[in-house]
Amino acid sequence: MNLRSQAIRLPGFSPEKRKTIMKKNLVAYSFIAPNFIGFAIFTLGPIIFAFILAFLNWDGSNAMTFAGFSNFVRLLSDERFLIALKNTIIYTVATVPLTMVTALFLAVLLNKKVRGRNFFRTVSFFPYVASLVAVTVVWNMMFLPGRGPINNVLTLLGVSNPPGWATSKDWAMVSVIMFSIWKNMGYYMIIYLAGLQGMDPQLYEASSLDGANPWQKFRYVTLPQLRPTNFFVLIMLTIACFKVYDIVYMLTLGGPGTSTLVLVYHIYNTAFISWDLGYASAIAMVLFLLVLIVTLVQMRGERRMK
Amino acid sequence: MHTIKTRKAFIQLLIYVFLIITAFIMLVPFAWMLSSSLKLNKDVFIFPIQWIPKLPRWSNYVEIWTTIPLGRFIMNTVKLTVIITLLQLFTSSFAAYAFAKLDFKFKNALFLGYIATIAMPWHVYMVPQFIMMRSFGLNNTHLSLIFLQAFSAFGVFLMRQFYQSIPDELCEAARIDGMNEYLIYGRIMLPLSKPALSTLVIFTFVTVWNDFLGPMIYLTRQNLKTIQIGLRMFISQFSAEYGLIMAASVVVLIPILIVFLSLQKFFVQGIANTGLKG
Repeated sequence: MNLRSQAIRLPGFSPEKRKTIMKKNLVAYSFIAPNFIGFAIFTLGPIIFAFILAFLNWDGSNAMTFAGFSNFVRLLSDERFLIALKNTIIYTVATVPLTMVTALFLAVLLNKKVRGRNFFRTVSFFPYVASLVAVTVVWNMMFLPGRGPINNVLTLLGVSNPPGWATSKDWAMVSVIMFSIWKNMGYYMIIYLAGLQGMDPQLYEASSLDGANPWQKFRYVTLPQLRPTNFFVLIMLTIACFKVYDIVYMLTLGGPGTSTLVLVYHIYNTAFISWDLGYASAIAMVLFLLVLIVTLVQMRGERRMK
Repeated sequence: MHTIKTRKAFIQLLIYVFLIITAFIMLVPFAWMLSSSLKLNKDVFIFPIQWIPKLPRWSNYVEIWTTIPLGRFIMNTVKLTVIITLLQLFTSSFAAYAFAKLDFKFKNALFLGYIATIAMPWHVYMVPQFIMMRSFGLNNTHLSLIFLQAFSAFGVFLMRQFYQSIPDELCEAARIDGMNEYLIYGRIMLPLSKPALSTLVIFTFVTVWNDFLGPMIYLTRQNLKTIQIGLRMFISQFSAEYGLIMAASVVVLIPILIVFLSLQKFFVQGIANTGLKG
């Protein structure tokens, strides 16, 4: 008995019906194929390879050797890794709430009927689309300790000993955080704006009739309705912060010392400078785990909200 | 009554003050960039800042084209950006149509695979990806970056969210009229999805044009490099030529500004419609 005749005998599937289902599947696959083939080769494949690589020792050219869990054990005593992990967490914990508060505040203001609303929206969004290389040059120059305009203004305001910003151990991380809020806030502002515009205006009318003041409206009408948006922004931002690399590379090169060394920077150096590919993949797995945890929290949170 | 009016006016004033301060913080770096790009090095850091230089040095904008192969870098970036954006628009919207409007075997499992990779940071698999590309002989080719960025899971996700907001009845009616799926996609869905396509264009264009890490890993040959790598090279080579650096930065920003301003109307609408807000 071949497969074909067996299939025909399945209850509920006449040969004609089976044929149309087959045809439907084929049509659908033809829509997906152009994207999926590329996606499978260039994304899915490497992801699977990354998992395997974490358990190997390899310098990219000589033979691979099996490493077992040694790459992961090595993480525990790798001082640079621990610093990178700590710095990534500090960066995330500072950047996420500050970006959310500023983005939400601005979105609430720009959701009101104010003159030049479109101008303000466009202006706040522009740093997000601007080239990172170009804007970090400007910020680096503005941050310059001796003659940069920021410190010039601070001196003018009476600050006797203005900070060294990106060149100082104590201020480098602060500079990176400030810059990243400036750069990305506009994007999240737009997302909040979309959330605010999806809200029911009747609730505001009702609360106005009840005599609620603007703060009460915000606290008891806006915020609860924005919960899904808030949650989405929180997750997206956290994941983006875990992945920070470019900003650090352009502004501080991870320094001075290790003061702005972050995980992805460490992965990049381990892989493409030291060619310690298995170990780099093991660090990447830690990053993946962090993102996975945040994503799982999101999925649970979303289910609870429903 | 009077006090309520003055209070309202006061709040209104506060809002404007805050908005103007924000706009100032957002714009000042760009204004300073533009102004410095027309100055001699020694004048860049003069304080108080001279916003409009007395003798604008337009020659900065001439010099940058000869000190580095800026034209070549721009051509490379334009080529990559246009090809990748077109491929993404086509393959993403095509696949998204199936995920949103067709029923087929393994649909949910396949879509879950897409979603899972969106959450996966690129940095986790950039190393294996590089090794694979190298073994295909694709490092130091533009093809590597095209393959890397053209088949995005994000694009499929974004377009699917939008197509789901289009009523199924529209497709059903077309099917009854005898249209096949390819015609429904081309004649009905695609024309309707302008806001989503614009959003995808901006996202892709901005990402590819501004990409730094990808070209840095894959392109080491000078004549293949992109504008962001070029600008970075330029900065380290002429680190004290502030006027020139600023002029080059302005040139790099112009295409993004044009794309963004011409599509921004669709963009906010796109974010609102595609459920990116969560």
